[in-house]
Amino acid sequence: MELKKISNVEWEIPMQGKMNVPGRIFASEKLLNNIKKDKTLEQVKNVAMLPGILKASIAMPDAHQGYGFSIGGVAAFDIDKGIISPGGVGYDINCSVRLLKTNLTLADVEKKKKELIHSLFRTIPSGIGDRGKLKLSKNELDEVLANGAQWAVKKGYGKKEDYLHTEDEGKLPDANPLDVSERAKARGMPQLGSLGSGNHFLEIQKVDEIFDEKIAKIFGLEKDAITIMIHCGSRGLGHQVASDYIKLMGNEYGWPEQDRELVNAPINSELGKKYLSAMACAANFAFANKQLITHWIREGLKHYFPKFSAEVVYDICHNIAKFEKHLINGKQKEVLIMRKGATRSFGAGRKEIPLAYREYGQPVIIPGSMGTASYILVGTKKAEEVSFGSTAHGAGRVESRTQAKKELRGEDVKKELEKKGIDVEAGSLSGLAEEAPSAYKDVDEVVRASHEAGIGNLVARLKPIAVMKG
Amino acid sequence: MKFKFLEHTADVKFQASGKSLEEAFENAFYALKESICGKIKIKPVNSKIIRIKGNDLNSMLYDFLEEFLFLLDSEGFLLSSIQGIKIDEKKFMLSAEVFGDKAKNYKFSNRVKAITYNEMFIKFNPLKKEWVVQVVVDV
Repeated sequence: MELKKISNVEWEIPMQGKMNVPGRIFASEKLLNNIKKDKTLEQVKNVAMLPGILKASIAMPDAHQGYGFSIGGVAAFDIDKGIISPGGVGYDINCSVRLLKTNLTLADVEKKKKELIHSLFRTIPSGIGDRGKLKLSKNELDEVLANGAQWAVKKGYGKKEDYLHTEDEGKLPDANPLDVSERAKARGMPQLGSLGSGNHFLEIQKVDEIFDEKIAKIFGLEKDAITIMIHCGSRGLGHQVASDYIKLMGNEYGWPEQDRELVNAPINSELGKKYLSAMACAANFAFANKQLITHWIREGLKHYFPKFSAEVVYDICHNIAKFEKHLINGKQKEVLIMRKGATRSFGAGRKEIPLAYREYGQPVIIPGSMGTASYILVGTKKAEEVSFGSTAHGAGRVESRTQAKKELRGEDVKKELEKKGIDVEAGSLSGLAEEAPSAYKDVDEVVRASHEAGIGNLVARLKPIAVMKG
Repeated sequence: MKFKFLEHTADVKFQASGKSLEEAFENAFYALKESICGKIKIKPVNSKIIRIKGNDLNSMLYDFLEEFLFLLDSEGFLLSSIQGIKIDEKKFMLSAEVFGDKAKNYKFSNRVKAITYNEMFIKFNPLKKEWVVQVVVDV
């Protein structure tokens, strides 16, 4: 595919055929070469053909092939002329990351970390038979769907500051549980308060390097402090919401010829509104889920450190659609943004940013793959201008799971990680092989590209010392 | 059982085949089972009758496979084997008896999040005289 080079980290797919806007890829040459290997660019082009799309169909540095939108795909739609597509959000609605900063230092945990991760593994449900620890009634589940992390705090699982430091304060508005099918609720009911599996994980990390002293201090991060990262989503409930609305939209509006997974409905249609409401419910389920896990981490680690405390630095969505104001043709306008495998990255001043950070920019959390570094970035004004306030969300795969399993055994991956000083607790060893660090893009390169493109600037690097995988 | 896994960067892609549509669907069931359970043996302790109604062949296949994710998440029912698949190709209706066990009796991770329509096809190959179905599952 023909690409126009804009800068070292920005490329354009010029308008052609049925495209309504150009495509734009933020990536270094090295990352772009990976991106070219699968159907990512074709998917960026397909998204550009959707009605009501504004400015450009965008791909982030960690982009790779998805279904419908690429993973790492971002697009904005005109509210009157545009569409909403479950394929622009993904099956794992509000797959997201929360970072906790503890009052521990490396010296406190170094000798105990194996024990600590084992205890968390036993406390927090994960794996195949994983049932959440809560028995919810149907009415309570509806409360969770409507109120997200705020429901959990009200029930005593955490404190107000936790959700104040969460995207959308841990509660997407306009979430009507009636728009979520009984089937989706049946899948969600037993799973609230469980980590899930696949690429989801919980990590104990140390702050390894600070790139921006001032911002790091604002975010409460200092070298050798211990952080805990939780990566999970809306579990079966979110998957079922996606699947239900794909079917409903296909039946009502037909299947797009370029890709069935781009099935969509007008934003203002009844079905479009219902999907957005159901999606908000699933997002709230994910927010509540991480709030419960946060609470259990606090409870669990108090047994080891009586004065243990863990504050939420921030909690950020990866797979979401939402209404935001952006500059379109010189005017501030409310548009619908879909970020699929991408992170919001707002610069200083936006009212969506928690007060404590508002003057400086929004924290961006970029988890690495299992066993590699994760990064904290800060959102920028430039991102608001060029990428609808968005940047990368992680490492992004380069190697298929089948290939990874052929090359590596779970036992070897475990040994390899332990050699690097990272203890691992995992539900399955073959799952461990699939998520081996070598199957992923170089997260260091991804954040470098984000920094160079100015869509998310480097603040700190976190290194894992113990990992729990579902 | 006739199915094979194909390369896919982020997700799991498989093709299953059979002399009849029923047999191809049955093999797709076993491909999904392996995607969820790997090589672990699941005991056929309990059984269930499932009934699916799609709008076309693709959505019937999608709903058929999704049923097992639903049973796993909602009831903790882990799939083992399948018998007596019947398909009405005109009405897109499917029924079958599935056997399985309680998930809590096993210790591993299910990485399969969802069935997708991505790259899905259901084709009859006139040369080999067999049906082939292809599915990508989100993991």
